[in-house]
Amino acid sequence: MTNAAGTPLVEMRDVSLAFGGVHAVDRASIDLYAGEVVALLGHNGAGKSTVVKILSGAYARDAGRIFVRGAEATIANPRDAKALGIETIYQTLALADNIDTAANLFLGRELRTRFGTLDDIAMEARARAVMGRLNPHFHRFKEPVAALSGGQRQSVAIARAILFNAQILIMDEPTAALGPQETAQVGALVRKLKSEGIGIFLISHDIADVFDLADRICVMKNGHVVGTARTADVGKDDVLGMIILGKCPPGAIPGPGATA
Amino acid sequence: MERGASTGLAMKQSLPPPLARFLTATELDTRLLGMIGALLLIWIGFHLASGGLFLTPRNLWNLSVQSAPVAIMATGMVLVIVTRNIDLSVGSMLGFLGMIMGVVQTDLLPQLLGYDCPAIWMLALAAGLVLGAALGALQGFIIAYLGIPSFIATLGGLLVWRGGAWWVTHGQTVAPLDATFRLMGGGPEGAIGATWSWVVGALACAAVVFLLMHGRARRRTFAFTPRPLAAEIFIGGVACALILVAVAVANAYPWPIGSVRRYAQAQGMALPDGGLFIAHGVAIPVLIAIGVGVVVTFLATRTRFGRYVYAIGGNPEAAELAGIDTRAVILKVFMLMGILAAISGAISIARLNAATNSEGTLDELLVIAATVIGGTSLAGGTGSVAGAMLGAVLMQSLQSGMVLLGVDTPLQSIVVGIVLVIAVGLDALYRRRRE
Repeated sequence: MTNAAGTPLVEMRDVSLAFGGVHAVDRASIDLYAGEVVALLGHNGAGKSTVVKILSGAYARDAGRIFVRGAEATIANPRDAKALGIETIYQTLALADNIDTAANLFLGRELRTRFGTLDDIAMEARARAVMGRLNPHFHRFKEPVAALSGGQRQSVAIARAILFNAQILIMDEPTAALGPQETAQVGALVRKLKSEGIGIFLISHDIADVFDLADRICVMKNGHVVGTARTADVGKDDVLGMIILGKCPPGAIPGPGATA
Repeated sequence: MERGASTGLAMKQSLPPPLARFLTATELDTRLLGMIGALLLIWIGFHLASGGLFLTPRNLWNLSVQSAPVAIMATGMVLVIVTRNIDLSVGSMLGFLGMIMGVVQTDLLPQLLGYDCPAIWMLALAAGLVLGAALGALQGFIIAYLGIPSFIATLGGLLVWRGGAWWVTHGQTVAPLDATFRLMGGGPEGAIGATWSWVVGALACAAVVFLLMHGRARRRTFAFTPRPLAAEIFIGGVACALILVAVAVANAYPWPIGSVRRYAQAQGMALPDGGLFIAHGVAIPVLIAIGVGVVVTFLATRTRFGRYVYAIGGNPEAAELAGIDTRAVILKVFMLMGILAAISGAISIARLNAATNSEGTLDELLVIAATVIGGTSLAGGTGSVAGAMLGAVLMQSLQSGMVLLGVDTPLQSIVVGIVLVIAVGLDALYRRRRE
């Protein structure tokens, strides 16, 4: 499916961010094409979440450039990212527990009546439609999301990301809280979104999942990109070597973090 | 089509099923109903203990007027506490803004416009509102943009504005106030009389019916099952009955004989033998408080601003990641609090017919207590304006009930303190059971 030709959907060039002297991300370059799933792999603290948070506007980068559909983008806050069609499913889900599903789905982008007031009924109607596709058994629309199960909360977070026709989707550990059946559902969803031409960054610890879903793999270690490889060109052992040793196998394009 | 049916709460399952189903169908907040029940118990208790003095038109009317300033500020305190902040400065700000409004109407404006200018009360009030908004915004800026914790920033405000209140006139009391301004404080002239009270009551009932019908129509547009008609009629009926009873009570409280005599004299008519029954009707400060309650409820539940206030309280990081400008929201919350302190200040000085530099001392604690008794969680995220206003009435009921019973002031404080702790304890228990 990889569309290697043409302009990438996202291109991050030499992006860096330090927290009080610690280089969380150092000169990372990563790209993503339409209809492609790129998996970001690495240990905890390798910089995966930080990279995607820079793209989603949660963190402001210290250096580097970001191009979206070929045009240089300033992403200073989450609003900028959303305006560019970048949606994120955070590992923590980032739901406001005290308000209901519809309120969370539309948080920051509420539908309003012609008088400028919140149109809760219209929002609930759309929430029912999108949740109906993701999780047909879900009916607890009147309750604060704190009352929902882990899987239901996860589907609310996913629904929020796809509700606004995202072109670029960031999924940070989307299946960490899910059972096998729900994980399979998320996998099916990823394939469906991919077939619609959406580009997806997938952060996961599950190597099997990654080989199943991703077109390319980008491994990070200590804030550096070790290397990027097409899933078809490398094996699981190669990838583990990249994660643990920072060793870039043949068939992968080495990054600044690769050991010689 | 069993959509709305999953809202059953654990608490209601102990009730007989038909009643429980009916309560669920009304979608009323059981917590709020519990508070109303507690309030009624307190009222009946005081009524019996005082030998029938509490539930009289006179006492209830006074209770409503006395509750108004705290109830008004409690509506804003709900939003402050929902965002996980606190405002300790409201009592001092009330005092400072009261002094400013006093000086503006007795000293500043008469020099510019002459004593009888009818615009004086409006300009004085406007000065208070604008300054209240500015001071509130300043505190909000310090909290939201400079990152000073609200507890500290507003503790500073508590000291600064109280000192400022003294500074305005070097401690001198400002009195008497503009005659029109004084109407905001209540009293025989500061109430709208029987006829207008019925008009207001009828309009309020019409508004209730309109809102219920509008809600039904909206739900039908999106093919949602509406509430059962019986539940809607029940809610509308109870609300209208309460409104009309309140109006009837206010209209049953006659002017004192002195005011009636002055009125008769002014009208050039002879006072009939049996006296003249002139009803107070709903007091202006109470109308202001109800208006504020409606506006702040609207802000909290029907606007983006309110939605963001609750989202920030529920999960500040999520609100930020959703693209909400959380700092601007916090600043606006404190600005609103400043405006409300100005309104309460106007009512307080109008009622006293004087602005003193100690006005509103310790009000911040009453306001916070009313808000918390009214179900706002200090952990943030939950709380309702109506609950906080009920909390203010509840606190005031305790106080004036104990005054009626002749309870010593120190003992009053002890009781209020204990009730506050018990009320919050019960609420915590209730929340835990629901989870």
